[in-house]
Parts: sequence; structure tokens; C-alpha cells
Amino acid sequence: MSETTTTQEPVAPQPKPSPGASRWEAWLPTVKDTLGAIVLALLVGALLIIFSTPRVIESLSYFFSYPWDFFRYAAIAVWDGYSALLDGSLGSPGAIVRTLERAAPLICAGLGVSLAFRAGMFNIGAQGQMLVGGILAGWIGFHFDLPVGLHLLLALLGALVGGAVWGGIAGFLKAQTGAHEVITTIMLNYVGRFLLLYFLAKESFQRPGQENLLSPPVADSASFPSILGVHTGFFVAVLAALLIWWLLERSTWGFEIRAVGANPDAARTAGMSVARVYITAMTVAGMLAGLAVAMQLLGRQDPLGDQIAGTIGFDAITVALLGRATPLGTVLAGLLFGALSSGGLAMQAAAGVPPEMSQVLQALIVLFVAAPALVRGVFRMRDTGQASTVMAKGW
Amino acid sequence: MGVTDTIKAPEAGTPIEEPRVRDRADLARQVRLVITFAITLALLVWFALNIENTSVTYVLGERVTVDDKPKELTTTWVSWGAVVVSAVALVLAALNRFPRRWPGALLALLVGITFYLGFLMWAYADQGGAFQAAIANPIPGTMRIATPLVLGALAGCLCERAGVINIAIEGQFLAGAFFASVFTSVAYSSLVFIPVALCAPFGLVGGVIAGVGVAAMLGLFALRYEVNQVVLGVVLVAFASGLTAFLLGQIPGSEKDTFNNPQILEEIRIPGLADIPVLGEALFNQTILVYLMYVSVAVVTFLLFETRWGLRVRSVGEHPKAADTVGIRVNRVRWQAVLLGGVFAGLGGAYYTVGSTGAFDRDVSAGTGFIALAAVIMGRWHPIGATFAAIFFGFMWNLQNQLSFVDKLPVELLGAAPYLATIIAVAGFVGRVRPPAADGEPYVKS
Amino acid sequence: MHLEIRGLTKRFGSFTANDKIDLTIEPGEIHCLLGENGAGKSTLMNMLYGLLDPTEGEILIDEKPVAFASPGDAIAAGIGMVHQHFMLVPVFTVAENVMLGREQTRAMGVLNRPQAAERVRELSERYGLKVDPDRLVEQLPVGVQQRVEIIKALANDAEVLILDEPTAVLTPQEIDELMDIMRELKARGTSIIFITHKLREVKAVGDRITVIRRGKVVGTAAPETSEAELAEMMVGRSVKLKVDKDAAKSGDVVLEARNVTVVDPRGHLVVKDVSFEARAGEVLGIAGVQGNGQTELIKSLLGLLRPAAGEIYLDGRDISHHGPRQSLEDGIGYIPEDRSHDGFVGSFSVRENLVLDLFRHPDYSNGLALDLEAMRKNADHRIEEFDIRTESADAPVSALSGGNQQKVVVAREFSRPLKVLIASQPTRGVDVGSIEFMHKRIIAERDRGTAVIVVSTELDEIFALSDRIAVMYDGRVVGTVSPDIAREDIGLMMAGAHEPAEGGAA
Repeated sequence: MSETTTTQEPVAPQPKPSPGASRWEAWLPTVKDTLGAIVLALLVGALLIIFSTPRVIESLSYFFSYPWDFFRYAAIAVWDGYSALLDGSLGSPGAIVRTLERAAPLICAGLGVSLAFRAGMFNIGAQGQMLVGGILAGWIGFHFDLPVGLHLLLALLGALVGGAVWGGIAGFLKAQTGAHEVITTIMLNYVGRFLLLYFLAKESFQRPGQENLLSPPVADSASFPSILGVHTGFFVAVLAALLIWWLLERSTWGFEIRAVGANPDAARTAGMSVARVYITAMTVAGMLAGLAVAMQLLGRQDPLGDQIAGTIGFDAITVALLGRATPLGTVLAGLLFGALSSGGLAMQAAAGVPPEMSQVLQALIVLFVAAPALVRGVFRMRDTGQASTVMAKGW
Repeated sequence: MGVTDTIKAPEAGTPIEEPRVRDRADLARQVRLVITFAITLALLVWFALNIENTSVTYVLGERVTVDDKPKELTTTWVSWGAVVVSAVALVLAALNRFPRRWPGALLALLVGITFYLGFLMWAYADQGGAFQAAIANPIPGTMRIATPLVLGALAGCLCERAGVINIAIEGQFLAGAFFASVFTSVAYSSLVFIPVALCAPFGLVGGVIAGVGVAAMLGLFALRYEVNQVVLGVVLVAFASGLTAFLLGQIPGSEKDTFNNPQILEEIRIPGLADIPVLGEALFNQTILVYLMYVSVAVVTFLLFETRWGLRVRSVGEHPKAADTVGIRVNRVRWQAVLLGGVFAGLGGAYYTVGSTGAFDRDVSAGTGFIALAAVIMGRWHPIGATFAAIFFGFMWNLQNQLSFVDKLPVELLGAAPYLATIIAVAGFVGRVRPPAADGEPYVKS
Repeated sequence: MHLEIRGLTKRFGSFTANDKIDLTIEPGEIHCLLGENGAGKSTLMNMLYGLLDPTEGEILIDEKPVAFASPGDAIAAGIGMVHQHFMLVPVFTVAENVMLGREQTRAMGVLNRPQAAERVRELSERYGLKVDPDRLVEQLPVGVQQRVEIIKALANDAEVLILDEPTAVLTPQEIDELMDIMRELKARGTSIIFITHKLREVKAVGDRITVIRRGKVVGTAAPETSEAELAEMMVGRSVKLKVDKDAAKSGDVVLEARNVTVVDPRGHLVVKDVSFEARAGEVLGIAGVQGNGQTELIKSLLGLLRPAAGEIYLDGRDISHHGPRQSLEDGIGYIPEDRSHDGFVGSFSVRENLVLDLFRHPDYSNGLALDLEAMRKNADHRIEEFDIRTESADAPVSALSGGNQQKVVVAREFSRPLKVLIASQPTRGVDVGSIEFMHKRIIAERDRGTAVIVVSTELDEIFALSDRIAVMYDGRVVGTVSPDIAREDIGLMMAGAHEPAEGGAA
């Protein structure tokens, strides 16, 4: 938003990728940085486990008499935690199914955040978009009795429409009034929550004879069928990623999105409607968040309640950041965080490590990915000078 | 062409008439004001017409007490008075005679207050239930709720004036809240080095340390590693939320009293000032945290606009290269501003434990850090403006609390009201604001 | 103060911006540093001012080597600099800008604003630099902002003053004033390093001239050296100072502005009641100092800003309410003034940027999907036709040099049939070779029968290209004249004087 970025001196040329470099060579630094960030995050996480486990801290009080105790207890605590994490995410078919089912909504919502990123917007509103999509999808799913297939389709449509409206509002406000989407999407998250609570208090949303704010699960006719224990919603999520990739990289609309995101002034000068891009991009981003809630409601058949979105809407931001706002990256990041999330629960059950550990790990991974210089410094990797910013600076 | 002598110097020329054109922004302002006041007026008329029993009760204190018995009030004058005020505003706006700058702001404030009163008359009249709620003084609750918001907004102002976007206020709140609770609890349960009365204020120290800690992470990654600052803020919030919840989970149940059962701050009555009618009790019978908030607003404003340090902070936020060319160490100044901001944000976080309810709970600040951020923007990056925006939020929340006893409006609508108000304010009246020019840009030498 | 630079070298990666530069500045001399855009003049000065660390070499003051870790050190050593892009905080007052970094304070670091204002007044009187210390910098015209920059440097008791391209934003008269100020400073013993690429100025004020080309000192010269010789030293080959062109064959009016008035987003009236006609086969030059409404005027022509009053006609059709997309499709070509800001998307490849405003055309898409193959062919074709130096069509445009970036923009705009070409500052910041190329293409487009509008703040460029010249001042066209008008006269008009009644030779 500032003039200073545009008046750059022409002297310092950026390092150019050599023309012969294959795609994989170009990706290599990214992959290395990401792996380094994950390892570093796990190391910091291990320290946190060590220094917050009571038994380990107690052993510190007699560290100089029996230093071995400290190291032993520390190693046990870390080993217990992380082996449970791995076991709970990938250790059994059931664990893998859980991981995929947790990854599905993260991928969808993450795609929504990524898409907005590419249009130069910071969509913090996936949470609210999910909730509003959930109102419609849930209502269609449990209130009506429709043929198999059609019911699912309509419920899915409801999720998309709800999310699209909620995302579209933020895009519209930005395009028309310049209201910053960080503020409006945060506020819309709360408004969406109260909207959901309003409907949950209605009789038609409650289980018969019960008054708590929880709906019945959707009818089986409105749910995704399962293959090998995984609901097919997961594959829909992957298809959505493919579609978004095509839209971004191959379509005229994606061309406009990327141009507006990278340089709105040049895009406007080239005859693109920046306002329309903001509105359409946020609408589709909202749709993707709606698809995410469909994973919960129609895939896992979770009942609609104010916890339906959990922290998925916010985790989606970290997923998109880790995925560098590309569809493929988002799918991979979604799978990773899905694994962390399902492993986190196992960690609590098996090792007594609070499940919030996975949230800490997620944040640390993204933090370190965003600061490649730090990771390279820690691991003495060669600094390739490649920056990994996915969005414009400033407000 | 040899025309030099016939070309006149500009001074000699007669002033040329400017083309008379209505500026679109000016027109937009008029349209906006007309729509706003038309809605205000329509609602007020509707409120006034929909009162059957014109008697409501009120108290000047925050709640009905034995000494403060509800007094009767007839709604008619208030309701129709409000109608008149907004009608006048509407006419002025329609004629494009609505004043500008501070008289305009004052008039708008007056319309706002009368709208509030007109709304209250309707909301408290004709209550259905057996229990008749009385209109109570909104100021004490407003100030209490606004305290952390103001402190958080001050942190935001300091950082962003120096050119560092701070979305992590929520993270600073959470860390501040957690460690304030831990410090107070530990101090109380050990009772060795701190007198009981000072345990809760001691918690503020913990809050400040934690707030500065998160600020240090912000500074490290934003200034040293040049991480995108919006991204960084969101990640730090996730980190702080996860970390505090994780640490909370690591406190064994048997140790809860030692680590997470703090004393809370006591209210301190300032003699003299507290005896001022209506306002006195509200403003000057509060906890030390609220008084610290008053002082902080003044201190931050003075620092930013009247001191050498403030001039330098603003220069690195507006044009870091210009600051560099006169020998100012850009990143050093930014570090100072970010860390000082951490002090205020940490204090704000302490409100959520030792300042109000006591024990830390997961995500105890419930997203208010983001509201503080919105206050920074609505206040246009000025500490005073941000303070008023924060007080506005406090007011809306307090109103929601007070009206929850009255069954006139769905409770969910009331809950959403502060957020809807923010959207309307940001979209309708703030719009494209001008942040500090270099906000969010790491300073890299060529 | 005697300043010497010995073997100063600066490398950015594999790129050498300055290569073993030697330079001596004697006390009280005006030393001109001549070189074209990108020659490395600014890099050199930034090292001298402590903004960049030299890779090799040393700086000596009065025979003693010094090292400047930051501009603060350079200032303390008595070096002051007036930057090409002003280093002023726009939202601060003049006095605040001047005091920044060495603030006048009371106890506890509280600013003493009256004292700072007093200091500005004192300096402004002593050197005849008129400026009001209490005005906000953003409200001042650029000429006055430059005075503030000079006062800022003088407030530090600078003994060596570096002026980096100071004349780019000034009218010819203001340039004369600046030169008087420079002579006055020199008389008081201040040495001046004067950086420019304008030969006339060098000859007018310099005591000694050092020419830099591609980061190397290629020679020194006395001010008596002829312009042609200096140009050859600067560019490395003989340069035609004049564009070859035939007389224009003016056709019908293609684009007409009638009483156009534009209000900018901040509510300022920036274009006031402007009328003009652009004819087929003719170049209309719009001259004027930066910031006199030219930018907003041409933005309104394309539809980026909607005129608050007045109409714009294309081939007799009212297009005042068209947006940029329609205007582009109607055949208006547009080369924006700030190309990195408005002209291309830096992170996009050359291939993508070459169709930035063409991708909807059936040649490049079917409305839904892009035709990547067609885009690739187009890119190969344009890269060859316009000699765009890039590693590949897939390289991001941000990796190209300024001249090649401009070529990408120009190639794109020239790759469709045009009725009107609007080129704003078409050669700002590009090297001489690219300037010649760009000028040739613009004249070729004119000869093809396109109505061309060239906006430039460089009078040389206006004179070289235009068949008619409209001069803008304070949002108005103060006159339309023929290009054989005397330089001083157009200078006066750029300062607001009206053309003589009989002077409108258009």
C-alpha cells in the first residue's frame, strides 16, 4: 500500500532460476525448508513437553545428585508423546481413516484461505463461513426426507451457498467501501456464530424432546457414502483442490485473481475489475469453507452445534500458509495437520500430553516455514536467498 | 516565435476561477449521513410509537441496591426528544449543512446518545415478565470491559505507528492472562516474599512479562526474519492459544490452587473524585488496572506526539528510509515500540484473570484481542481515537449484558450487535483509512 | 573538507554495480557526476552516505580513512545528501522533518517545536530558501519539498552536499534558482557533488565532470567539453540527440477532451476544465512539471478516474463513462507513468505480462480457459520483435532491467490495433539505447496514423517527439504551442504563465 515499494533501484537483480532447472529442482529448497521447519517445531515441542511434565521438573530438584533421572524422565516423556502422536495418526487403518477425515475439512477450508490469498486478501473468516454453510446444510440434511443422492446434493449445495454468502459479504464490503477484510471477516465469524446459535435455539433444529443446542445428525440419505471406511467427502475435497488448481493456473478468471492479488493497480490499468475479483474470489473462498463444514456434517455426520467447526476455520489459515497458497501445498499441509490433530488426541490418551500440543506444533511449523532464514541457520543449510511470501505486505 | 515579452509571469496574472464541481466523496458523505439519520429517525419514531405504558424505572448506580432504589421516569419526553434531535440532524444532512470536523463529531455523538436513550425507553417499557428491570448506569460496566480493549489498542497503536503490524494482540492477551494468574497464584500460595494484598498486583507483573515475551517473538520474526506480519500475527495467536491451553492442561488437578487460582484485584476508591455524581463511582471506584489504563492512554499519546522518541517512532512507521538517512536506527526504534506495546497488551491480558474472574481458562480472552485491533483501525492509529473506539465496544457489550434481563430482543441479536456495529462502522464510516505508510514492511537496506 | 574515494567497489551477488571507482572532491567545488540511468551513480553516493557498505575500497576525509556504518556517521563527518526520491516524512511538518534525527528537546526528551521552527527560519533566511516551517510536507509542491531537503542537509552543517538528480522535478526557472543556490553554497565553501544525466546542467554549473558508465569511471572532463562529446562518453558510442522524423500528416480528430475536470480520491481538484484534441498521425506532447494534473488527466482518458465534469470523445463517441476495459477494447493503448506500479505484475512471467490486457481476446482464451500455447507463441514473437532481454519467456518481469520491463509494456500495447496511444513518461529510468528504441517506435506508430499523446516532464523528450505541445500547470492546460517555441518560454508556461494571444501556433 505504500509508494516506497514501487520505486526500487534498478541495480540489484534477483537471482534467476537457471533455465535448465527441472520442476523438482525448483521445489527442492521449499521442500527442504518445510522439512526443516517441521523438525525444528518437533524439537521445540519436545522441550515444552520436557519442561511441563511434573515428573521431569521434580527430577530437576535433585539434578546434581541424580542427573540421570532427569534425562531418563525427559526422554520417556518425549518418546511417549511423540510415539503416541505417530501411532494415533498413521499407526493403524483406523488411525489413517481418522487422519484423512480430519484432513478433509482442513483441505477444503485451507483452499478457501489460499484462494483469497492469491487474490491478495486475508480471509480469516473461514470459521464464520463454515458455520453459516452449516446452518443451511444441516437443516436440509436433517429436516427433509429426500431421495438418496438428491438429498446429499441439496445439502451440499446448501453448505456452498451459505459459505458463499458469508464470504461474499466480506468481498463485497472490501470492493465497495474498502473495509479491510481482516476486520470484517473476524467480525463476521462472531456474527455467524450468533446466527447459528439463533437457529439452534429454534425447535426445528433440535433433537425431539431435547433442549440443548445440538441438532440431530443428518439423514443417511444426505451423507457421503464410505469407501474402505473413509467417507467419500475426502475425495470430493481432493477434487476441489484439482478444480481450484485448474481455475487458478489455467482459467481467465484465475489469471485475473492472480494479477489482482499480485498488483491490483496494474490489474486495474489492464482493464480488470478489481472489485469483481474481490467479490468472486471471496464468494468462492466461502464456498470452499462451506464444503469444509459439509465434510463434518455430511461426511462424519456430526450433529450441528456451535462446535461444529471446532478450530478448523482458524487452522485453515495455517494450512494455507504452510501450503504456500497453492492447491497441492494445501492438500499436503491439510494431510499433515490432519495427522497432527488425530495424533494429538491419541497423545492425550496414551501419554497424558494435552492435545493442544498439536496446535502448538502447527503454529511453530508455520512460524518456522515463514522464517526460512532461521531454519537454515539452525540446520546450517545453504542460504539460497529465496523468500517464501505468499501475500502482499501491509494492510 | 519571439514571444518572450508577451508571456506573463504567473504573479501578474489575475486569479483564475476554479471550476465548480461537486466532489464525489462529499456527495457520498451526504448520502451516507442522510441514510444513517433516516434510519435512526425511523427507528426512534417506531420505538416511541410502540410504548404503551410510558413508565420505566432507573437507577444512577450500576445496579439496584438498598440505598439506590429505582426511580420512576416517563418515557414520552425522552422518546420524542430523541426523535426531534435526529430529525434535526437529518434535515441538516439533507441540506448538506451538517457540520464538519469536531462540531460534526459532537453532533453525531449527541444523535448517538439520544438514540441510545430512545432505544432504552422502548426496551425497558412494557416488560412482560414478573421481574421489572430498571435502567442502570452503563458507565461502570463500560469502563471495566473497555479496559483491556484500550490497553490492547494502545499496544496496537505503538507497534503500527512504528510500522509493525500487530495482529497478535489476542495472543498477548492470552499469554498475559495466563501468567498473571500463575504469578498471583504462586505468590499467594507461597506467601513468602509477597504480602497478600500485593499478590494480585504482582500478577500484573506476570502479565507484563508474558505480553513482552510475545512481543519479543513478534519483533524477532518480523524484524529479524522479516516474516510477513499479518501471517505472523495469526500464527502467534494460534501459538499463544495452544501454548496456554497446553500449559493449563499440564497443571495437575492437585496443583491447581498453586498455579491457577489467583486473588483478584480489589477496587480502590479514590476519595473526592469518586463522589462526583453519576460519573464518580463509575470512573474512580475501580481496580488499579483501570487507573493504569487511564494513565497509559495519556502516556502513550504524549510519548508518540510530544517526545523525541515518538517522533522517531512515527518516522520509522511512515518513511523508514528517511529516518535511516538521518541516522536513526530503524529496527532498534521498532523493537522499542513493539516491546513497549507488549507491556500494555500484557496488562490488558491480565484483566481476564486477576482483573476480573480469577482462574485462567482456555481462550479466556475470547477474541477480544481482535476487537482491540479493530479499535486501532477505527481509531485511525491514534491512541485517543482507538480509546474511544474501544470504549464504544465496551459500551455495546455492557448494553448487551444489561439488556439480557429484558426479553425484548433475541439474545443472539444482542450478542452479535457489537460485531455488527463494527462492520457497519468500518464499512460505512471508516472505509479506506490511511495506515502509517510503511506499516507491515520490513526495513531492508537496499 | 577534502574528500577522496579510492577503489570503491560494490557487488550485488554476481552483479558489479560499482567497479573500483576513484574520485576526489576538493573543498568548495561543484563536482558533477554524469552517467545514464543505471550507471551506478546512486549506488556510489549511497556508499558515500553510509546507506550501503562498500564491498571493497575506502573513503578518505582530509587524507584519513573513514568508515560509515550508517548515514548517522556520514552526517557527523559533514556529508549531507539530497535524495532523488525525497527522504521526507509526508505527514510531518517542515520543522519536524528538519529536526528528525537531531531533535531540539526540552528536559526528558520532550520536543521543542518552536526552537526547531526557529532554526528552519534562520537557515531559510541565510540561504534564501523560502519555506514555512509549520506546513505539512505533503501539502508542499515538489520544488519546495526539495528546498526542505536542502535545508535538512544544511542544518547538519554539511561541508559536502550530494545532490542526486535534483532537477528532475523542477521547471527550467526553478532549475536556474537551484543553480544559483548551488553557486551561493559554493561561495560559502561547501563542496557539492551534483549527480545528473542532463548535459546542459553539467555544463552550466560544474567545475569538474566525472563520467560513469556501467559502474566504472570512464573519464573526467572540463565543463567546456561539447554536449556531443559528453554524451558519447556517457553512453559509450555516438548518440543521436535528435529523433529522426518527418513532418506529421495530421488527420481527423480521434480523441477529444472537453472541459474535463477531475477530483482525486482525496477530494482535491487536480484537473481543471481541460480541453484538447488529439489527431490521427500526430504526436500531442503534454508538458509540465510533475504533479500538475497530467497523471490524473490521462487516467481519466483511459477511464481509471471518472471525470467529475466534462466529456471525453473517441471518434465522436462519448466515452466519459467507460471503464479501462472498454477503453482498451476500443483501441486506446496506454503506457502508464509508473510501470512497476501500474504497468506490469512483477511476479508474473514475461509471457503472462505480454497478454495482461489481452487475455480475454479470442486469440488467447476461449472465455473460460487460457490458451497457453497461443500465449507462448505471442511471447516468443514479441520478445524477438522488441528485443526484450530475458532469460526466457517464463522469467518473472521483476527480474528484468528497467528498460526491458518498459519494453514488455510497450510490446503489449503495440500488439493490437490502436486508435490512440497514450504514453506517460515512456522513457523514465531507462538507458539511452532503450530511449532511442522507444522514441522510434512511438514515431512509427504515429506514422501509421495513430493519434499519440505523450506525457513527459522531460522537456527534451517533449521537444523530440511532439508535433504540438500542450503545457499543463496547476491542473489546467495553460496553452498549446508548436515545438519550435523557445525553451524559456515553455518554462514560463510550466510555471503558470499564459501563452501569448498570437502564440497558439497549433
